[in-house]
Amino acid sequence: MSIEGKTEFTKPVYTRPRSLVDVKTHFCPGCHHGTIHKIVAECIDRYGVRENSIGVACVGCAVFLYDYIDVDVVEAPHGRAPAVATGVKRAQPDKFVFTYQGDGDLAAIGTSEVIHAANRGENLTVVFVNNTTYGMTGGQMAPTTLLGQKTSTTPYGRDFRSDGYPIKMAELLAGLDGTAYSARVAVSTPAQIRKAKAAVRKAFEMQINGMGFSIVEFLSTCPTNWGMKPLDAQGRVLGEMSEYFPLGVYKERKQADFA
Amino acid sequence: MSSLAAEASKKILLKGNEAICLGAIAAGCRHYYGYPITPQNDIPEYMAAHLPALGGTFLQAESEVATINMILGTSASGKRVMTSSSGPGISLMQEGLSYMAGSELPAVIVNISRSGPGLGGIAPSQGDYFQAVKGGGHGGYRLIVLAPHSVQEMYTLTMLAFDLADRYRTPAMILGDAIVGQMKEPFEATPYDSATTAEKPWALTGCAGRERLHVKSLHLKDNAIEVHNWKLHGKFERIRKTETRAESFLLDGAKIAVVAFGTAARVSKTAIQWARKEGIPVGMLRPITLFPFPEREVFDLAKTVDVVLVIEMNTGQMVEDVRQSTPLHDRIAFLGKPCAMPTPEEILDRIRALAGRKG
Ligand SMILES: Cc1ncc(C[n+]2csc(CCOP(=O)(O)OP(=O)(O)O)c2C)c(N)n1
Ligand code: SF4
Ligand SMILES: [Mg+2]
Repeated sequence: MSIEGKTEFTKPVYTRPRSLVDVKTHFCPGCHHGTIHKIVAECIDRYGVRENSIGVACVGCAVFLYDYIDVDVVEAPHGRAPAVATGVKRAQPDKFVFTYQGDGDLAAIGTSEVIHAANRGENLTVVFVNNTTYGMTGGQMAPTTLLGQKTSTTPYGRDFRSDGYPIKMAELLAGLDGTAYSARVAVSTPAQIRKAKAAVRKAFEMQINGMGFSIVEFLSTCPTNWGMKPLDAQGRVLGEMSEYFPLGVYKERKQADFA
Repeated sequence: MSSLAAEASKKILLKGNEAICLGAIAAGCRHYYGYPITPQNDIPEYMAAHLPALGGTFLQAESEVATINMILGTSASGKRVMTSSSGPGISLMQEGLSYMAGSELPAVIVNISRSGPGLGGIAPSQGDYFQAVKGGGHGGYRLIVLAPHSVQEMYTLTMLAFDLADRYRTPAMILGDAIVGQMKEPFEATPYDSATTAEKPWALTGCAGRERLHVKSLHLKDNAIEVHNWKLHGKFERIRKTETRAESFLLDGAKIAVVAFGTAARVSKTAIQWARKEGIPVGMLRPITLFPFPEREVFDLAKTVDVVLVIEMNTGQMVEDVRQSTPLHDRIAFLGKPCAMPTPEEILDRIRALAGRKG
């Protein structure tokens, strides 16, 4: 390093996160699951918890979590990841435990499990991916499907009179005393990705500091089932999805009110 | 109650459900999850009172669906874990049990069964036999099913259930009912033999110093799921070959052989002793394991007696396994009581009638 300044060029400015397995993913072009996996992996690296982590995979397009994130992973039945994670965390309170769940998984079949895990203040982290549809099963209506949105089971658009309203989980879970942290983020622009990472870091810190239940809801794309090109799908997240599901931090426990 | 464990070295009067708790704790189980349902509430209540002091976890879950998945998570962590419930709750656990069988996770599930179907009643029943021994959930698997008929056995078979579940990496069930769960008997806390405790190199404990591990039941690639199904099948066949347990009761010279399990067997013992006093050559084969079912024992027995009298607290479930175990179907008789314990008098009457018919 005799020439001044050269050191800066030899120092890598970007590397694959250690916790992200170097394989091709099965996700469709323009799908955000991959980006969200990477953010999770980066945060696992940041806190050095890779060898101390147990992830809980859901049933949905993210079921292959164990192929992509280089940590121990247990697969949960559809919707039950927060209960499985509870069983892991209670057995191994010193381990870092997170779930990764879709919106059908968490906000429909698994509503009970996530609400009660949050309400018990289970000291674990939920990564929640809201793409307003059931990706894996072919684009049916999810509880998060927007009003008017056409899906394979709402061929005329979601109508609140027969199908109810899109459910706002980040807000709902923020209302529970056991929840330490609840935020909604998106990953459709570089600035949003930075904010999303900050939110996941906060959520991880909550668990590491024993503060209780933390959840980060991601607004995500499903170009395949939305019938959109990847770029148009970004536009949908930035437009009507963010309008109905406002981004932001809905709850952040301070050490003081926990003690 | 806190003195129970301390007193456990001598004979005490104990409830069946509490004996299950003592057996679990003796076998090293420190994690219990459950949801209230009659007639097994003594079990969660005992665990709530005692597990925290032992450094363990008692958690009252929001449902049996959540319960079984908490069991799944703790089992995947390599810890011994138990839940208990009754009919409706056990039904809700079936998806999770199928996942656990598919993921090869051990646990002990206690069913202190009640009468059904539906909400049914809280009277004792053996109506969950099919659900317990034929798999219960989807996809094709078996549970190891143990059927205690005394308070002492509630204890010893619970310890055995933990060992078998770990050895074969699959859930084991204690199938009891309101009678054997609620009755009190003299009981002695015999020591647990920990020599049989299995290592769990598959447990998810974080990947420090090793490659990451997965616990899962999804097999999409090539014909991996078929390979997995045959592997599980081989395991259940091994269990059939090596783990069948049954008690022979007064079968010497018997011409009538009762086949009954659990509470029905317990009551039958009284009736058989009365009948023997009357000179009727009757005995009993009592399956202790319902899966694996003592097929060989029934096959051999049926050849040597005139009548095989199957007695169950249901309208006829185990009797199908008896029929499957022997070609001598015309020798099989059945006495069923779907929602109550048969009395020894009823059983004696039937034995007398069968003895008279056979001269
Ligand atoms: C008990 C049960 N019911 C239904 C299914 C079928 N199923 C698989 S994934 C899924 C929905 C997935 O949607 P989501 O959670 O939104 O995840 P995504 O694929 O959109 O990421 C359904 C209904 C199942 N596996 N188990
Ligand atoms: S179906 Fe949708 S959610 Fe699933 S991988 Fe494709 S784009 Fe992503
Ligand atoms: Mg979805």
